[in-house]
Amino acid sequence: MIRAALIACLAAAPAGAAEIWVTNEKDNSISVIDVARMEVIRTIPTGERPRGITFNSDYSRVYICASDSDAVQVMDPVSGEILHDLPSGEDPEQFVLAPDDRHLYIANEDDAITTVVDVETRQVVAQIDVGIEPEGMAVSPDGKYVVTTSETTNMAHWIDTASRKIVANTLVDSRPRHAEFIHDGAQLWVSAEIGGTVSVIDSATHAETGKVRFAVKGVHPDLIQPVGFAFTPDEGTAFVALGPSNHVAVVNTETLEVEDYILVGRRVWHMAFSPDHKWLFTTNGVSGDVSVIDVEKREAVRSIKVGRYPWGAAVRP
Amino acid sequence: MWLRAGITTLLVLSAVAARAEVALHVIYLRQEVEHPPVLSNLDTVPEDLGLAGARLGLEDNRTTGRFLAHDYSMEEVSVPPGGDLIAPAREALSETAMLVLDAPAADVLRVADLPEAQGALIFSISAPEDALRAGDCRANVLHTLPSLAMRSDALMQFLVKRRWSDLAMVQGAHPEDQAWGAALAASAAKFGLKLRDTKTWAYDADMRRSAFSEGPLFTQELKDPDILLVADERHDFARYLAYNTWTPVPMAGSEGLRAEAWAPVVEQWGAAQLQSRFVKAAGRGMRPEDWAAWAAMRSLGEAVTRTGEAQADVLRAYLLSEDFELGGFKGRPLSYRPWNGQLRQPIPLTTERAMVAMAPLEGFLHRVNELDTLGADRAESACTAFGG
Repeated sequence: MIRAALIACLAAAPAGAAEIWVTNEKDNSISVIDVARMEVIRTIPTGERPRGITFNSDYSRVYICASDSDAVQVMDPVSGEILHDLPSGEDPEQFVLAPDDRHLYIANEDDAITTVVDVETRQVVAQIDVGIEPEGMAVSPDGKYVVTTSETTNMAHWIDTASRKIVANTLVDSRPRHAEFIHDGAQLWVSAEIGGTVSVIDSATHAETGKVRFAVKGVHPDLIQPVGFAFTPDEGTAFVALGPSNHVAVVNTETLEVEDYILVGRRVWHMAFSPDHKWLFTTNGVSGDVSVIDVEKREAVRSIKVGRYPWGAAVRP
Repeated sequence: MWLRAGITTLLVLSAVAARAEVALHVIYLRQEVEHPPVLSNLDTVPEDLGLAGARLGLEDNRTTGRFLAHDYSMEEVSVPPGGDLIAPAREALSETAMLVLDAPAADVLRVADLPEAQGALIFSISAPEDALRAGDCRANVLHTLPSLAMRSDALMQFLVKRRWSDLAMVQGAHPEDQAWGAALAASAAKFGLKLRDTKTWAYDADMRRSAFSEGPLFTQELKDPDILLVADERHDFARYLAYNTWTPVPMAGSEGLRAEAWAPVVEQWGAAQLQSRFVKAAGRGMRPEDWAAWAAMRSLGEAVTRTGEAQADVLRAYLLSEDFELGGFKGRPLSYRPWNGQLRQPIPLTTERAMVAMAPLEGFLHRVNELDTLGADRAESACTAFGG
């Protein structure tokens, strides 16, 4: 009955009824948030301990790291059906889909390996030894480089996607968690959770050229732990989740100065923008909700209850 | 900052130690000790206690070292109970300046005071005595295991937050029970809690058969405390007092709620990953001494990674500087107290099944670092060897 109503509702929804998909690590489910209504409209079961989540370029498939099922699940986002699992190596945590829409680069946290899977043949095409506890994954816009960050080795490993070999390693601060390319791939940003910093790295030299530091009034520096982050479309601003400090920092990407701190839910982890970039949705693991940030006003305007331990977030326009 | 062009070539060659640019050799030196029998037959002390943590730390360092052409090696030297520690210590110090020392406090001092040890970098991983961090501190010894006072302060912070301020204690007759009991009493006084009564457990009867009737009688005169502290560091009798008390009272200290460097139930802050790597390697749960040995190896690894050097004086200076920080899976960056060489660290408060809280508890503030609310702070320190 409810399901029928939901399907009807989905069918009736106008094109462009954007959604934010949130993985709930401790509920084995995805909460689908309707951006316009700012509420959960669907809950979809997944494999065990879902964390990383990403759509392919035409949004016909969604990939989910089911960490404790040791698989990447491929889901039809319309039906919510799991179509099949991809071999992923053990304990997949985060991944990135290459611009060719075909190669998925997966961080295997327990095995110190980055696994490359061809999503069409469903075969593992390479496994690359990286540092201990690989987590953050990024791909350069031209698809030439994939970066894996390793949490205990404290490095960003640069993988040449043609040779599938590591070509450089950049030391960053303690416990790097997330990586993103910016400025057409000219820079790589890496957050360091225990170091409490975000490193800015020049992609040509693989050398660090700058560092973002944070200070939240009334919060002990040790609790300021940067994790996920995202850039505005003009790339002038970065929003950085600061974990157990329960704040998101707003960073000027030119000066690397923090312009604002936004109070959100507890243990803020990852985030996704609405398609029009007016709203930013952050997953708050401990409070089990998603905060909605008004990007222009730089304040949290709403919190949406989701499942237990929301982790990853991805937009479906 | 670090550019290694042609790293793939180096990777292939890094197995050959001679090609490594930087090589760090550590000797894990252990003085084995007798473990007196306890009533329960259920628990045994693992033969690789501490050592298994150092081995994992070595592997972690090697993985990182591969990418930087840094080579790590460790030799294990174990002296049987009653055996001579000094000769192997001298030999070890002639080979390397880096020791991980798994030995009682008196032996730590004997090794640290050897002429060969001057200029060495010794990590003490199993001696919890506060004196080693105070009047008996040595400039060449760092401590990764928290002191007794750090652990008892962690527990008392929790009791303060809970407002469980009316305490009683049962302590065993062994020296380690007395030392832990004294630390608990001192911390209770420090945090303004009232330790009303202390009784010594000196019975040699088999409590397993008589606890149901003996326990309530023994605890009757302790009235009705908010919590019963137990100092039983050999884990001999106190486990049989649980529920066998005159009034219904929770226990803390050596049984019940415990404050240790590490416990197998710590799982937040990525700790589940360290736990699973350890279980995979050692086939058992990670204990405090394992964590302390792991932290010693990782401290060295982190210092070598960041400085690109492997000399003891360079590493020591870096470890004691404000630049050093270690990710220790306890939710905050760890560093060394420059006045006595103790690794600052949060202390988990745990039961057998779960973590109850992490100290320092919220609200215990410190001008410099909240972690320094645990144990003796700089102003109270009697250690002068670090030039403080």
